[in-house]
Amino acid sequence: MSKLYSGAEIVFKCLEDQDVEFIFGYPGGAVLPIYDELKNFNFLKHILVRHEQGAGHAAEGYARSSGKPGVLLVTSGPGATNAVTALTDAYMDSVPLVCISGQVPTHLIGTDAFQECDTTGITRPCTKHNWLVKDVKDLGKTIHKAFEVATTGRPGPVLVDIPKDVQFQKTNYTKLKKQKKTNGKIHNHFSQKDIDELIELMNKASKPIFYTGGGVINSGPKASELLRELVNKTGFPITSTLQGLGSYPGEDSQFLGMLGMHGSYEANNAMHDCDLMINIGARFDDRITGKIDEFSPKSKKVHIDIDPSSINKNVKVDLPIIGDVAEVITSTIKTIKKTKPNFAKSNKQKISKWWEQIQKWRSVNSFDFVNSDETIKPQYAVQRLYELTKNKDTYITTEVGQHQMWAAQHYKFDKPNRWMTSGGLGTMGYGLPAAVGVQVAHPNKLVIDIAGEASVLMTMQEMSTAVQYSLPIKIFILNNEYMGMVRQWQELLHDKNYSESYTAALPDFVKLAEAYGCVGIKASTPQELDDKIIEMINTDRPVIFDCRVDKQENCFPMIPSGKPHNQMLLGPKDQKENKITGKGKTLV
Amino acid sequence: MVKSKSAYSIPGKQGKLDTHIIVVWVDNEAGVLARVVGLFSGRGYNIESLAVAEIDPKLNISRITIVTTGTPQVIEQIKLQLKKLVPVHKVADFKREDKKVIFKEMALFKIVGNQSKKEKALKACKKYNAIILDKSNKSYVIQITALRREIDLMSKNLKKFGLVSVSRTGAVAMTRGSEIFK
Repeated sequence: MSKLYSGAEIVFKCLEDQDVEFIFGYPGGAVLPIYDELKNFNFLKHILVRHEQGAGHAAEGYARSSGKPGVLLVTSGPGATNAVTALTDAYMDSVPLVCISGQVPTHLIGTDAFQECDTTGITRPCTKHNWLVKDVKDLGKTIHKAFEVATTGRPGPVLVDIPKDVQFQKTNYTKLKKQKKTNGKIHNHFSQKDIDELIELMNKASKPIFYTGGGVINSGPKASELLRELVNKTGFPITSTLQGLGSYPGEDSQFLGMLGMHGSYEANNAMHDCDLMINIGARFDDRITGKIDEFSPKSKKVHIDIDPSSINKNVKVDLPIIGDVAEVITSTIKTIKKTKPNFAKSNKQKISKWWEQIQKWRSVNSFDFVNSDETIKPQYAVQRLYELTKNKDTYITTEVGQHQMWAAQHYKFDKPNRWMTSGGLGTMGYGLPAAVGVQVAHPNKLVIDIAGEASVLMTMQEMSTAVQYSLPIKIFILNNEYMGMVRQWQELLHDKNYSESYTAALPDFVKLAEAYGCVGIKASTPQELDDKIIEMINTDRPVIFDCRVDKQENCFPMIPSGKPHNQMLLGPKDQKENKITGKGKTLV
Repeated sequence: MVKSKSAYSIPGKQGKLDTHIIVVWVDNEAGVLARVVGLFSGRGYNIESLAVAEIDPKLNISRITIVTTGTPQVIEQIKLQLKKLVPVHKVADFKREDKKVIFKEMALFKIVGNQSKKEKALKACKKYNAIILDKSNKSYVIQITALRREIDLMSKNLKKFGLVSVSRTGAVAMTRGSEIFK
């Protein structure tokens, strides 16, 4: 007779079999049996957060920077509901998370017991799948299934809800048999015919563009390498979504910068005017497409995605290719090598006019801004941060708002998994706990959260976590005392009625840093900025950097939502576009 | 409605709406119906009627039949999103006009009135496989099986013969001939 294990022990046996090294969590009544067993399993390090949302974002940061699933452990009721924002965030941005939640004992379920909530009901729309385990015999296989669902196909969050009595019950544990079997939902559904058709389209195109997204990153580092080879082979221009940054080198001449609402002029115009759009692992989000009816009207569209439901969801495409990005690109490169070894050369002539046009757009220099000697311009701060950290293999997380867009515009990434930002859900407060998770995964790397002062206050308590585990994260706050993006929209579209977007009472961030037991640095003038940034980089403890920036700066260029790509608003240097007309106002 | 100054975005053109019958084979486990129905409500899809029951107790499979309306793009999304759910095995989709598929709904009518009214009601139901399930001096309970619009019509027409209560199911569907949906 084999040894019997309690449900709590089985949780850890499963995590061990899944090679989990870190778990982000917060104890509470309904998970106490699991916490009781923690000391008996040395393979695992528990990171105690200060709020369950922080556990979720930290697990996201861990997952996105390491390529492994993030695991969090929360208690029933408020523990689970606090994790909902992070689960939804992970669902929108396709991040593999496994959330283990405690539940009241099975005999109390449905009685409105203390700290009871319908966890599987609440998290059903924000997970790929969830389970309430009512019998300890199902526990082992359910947890393994949870990892499989989270990590295969289009990744995403899952939740396993374990009632307290199940954690005490005993049963056998069968070790996970490592098998490469798919769950039938992740098959590559493309054929050589699709690839041939793609190459035919590429061959015919005179204004082609690659439009790549987070799918390239999710497909693994290999996919980014293959993408570089493909782009290089074809000579086509490439633009990336917010989530795809890093899959292609940001400083390469074929890269047009990010596209979308605050994307570059050249990227958005190229998307609008192209005759062939090859979407690799992006999903035609509304911040990308603008007005759907006028989105890239003259192009043939190819969509490579692992998730069949992404195809034709927002934009009708001419050639869908359903499969893993790395495998589709591999087949494409192979076929090009075989059938058209001189593709780049023979193609160069054909797309040279297109490149000329792109250079014209590029010369507008749409990320440009008017710098100042008196105040720190937020764009300048990000540029300096980039220049001073670019040789360090830096990991960047962000909160949500203007600073996030400036970071995306001015910080250039040349490797995947270095850029963690909340794109789909747009969760203010994401960056600080995400940085905690990133630093856990990469203890010796420089991890910076480019933050806004409003966002970072939403999850500020996690500084305490960073201090507890000596995680030297750097919180680089672009402090303009406003919810900057809200203020910008109010200025441009609501007649400067700055309704509730100014924070009249903010903490002294330097003192706050000291109160948490970390280091506070403040910079107020452009002259002192470099020295202060270097001081921050050289501090091997967590730092809160209060960078006082221009309070009125707006983030340009900008496509008012509901407008097509070729109707961008440019920055203050471009005077004639500086005013939004009455008609433009209705469109954001 | 006052035109908002700041519309979030402008909706695109609306396509033509079609009625489809979606059949979903699922594991009969706790919460599976909520997953399917939640997907519809969460994404703003329409449910006209719903019928669900276990069809294979050994394999634990239930069959859910959903009547829905949507543009071709929406119907396509419904199918693809359903297929992503973990307990879903397969999804079939039929157009309401499809001649190769049989659709049926069942309804129970309670008629209260004198003999003449009751007989008239029964006669009106004749062509829809009418069965009397219960009779008393004053009442009939009549069962019919028919198409949705036929039942709609009957529930209207029977009012004058003393119809006091209607209970009806959602549509169920099956392909004609020897083929089955794989």
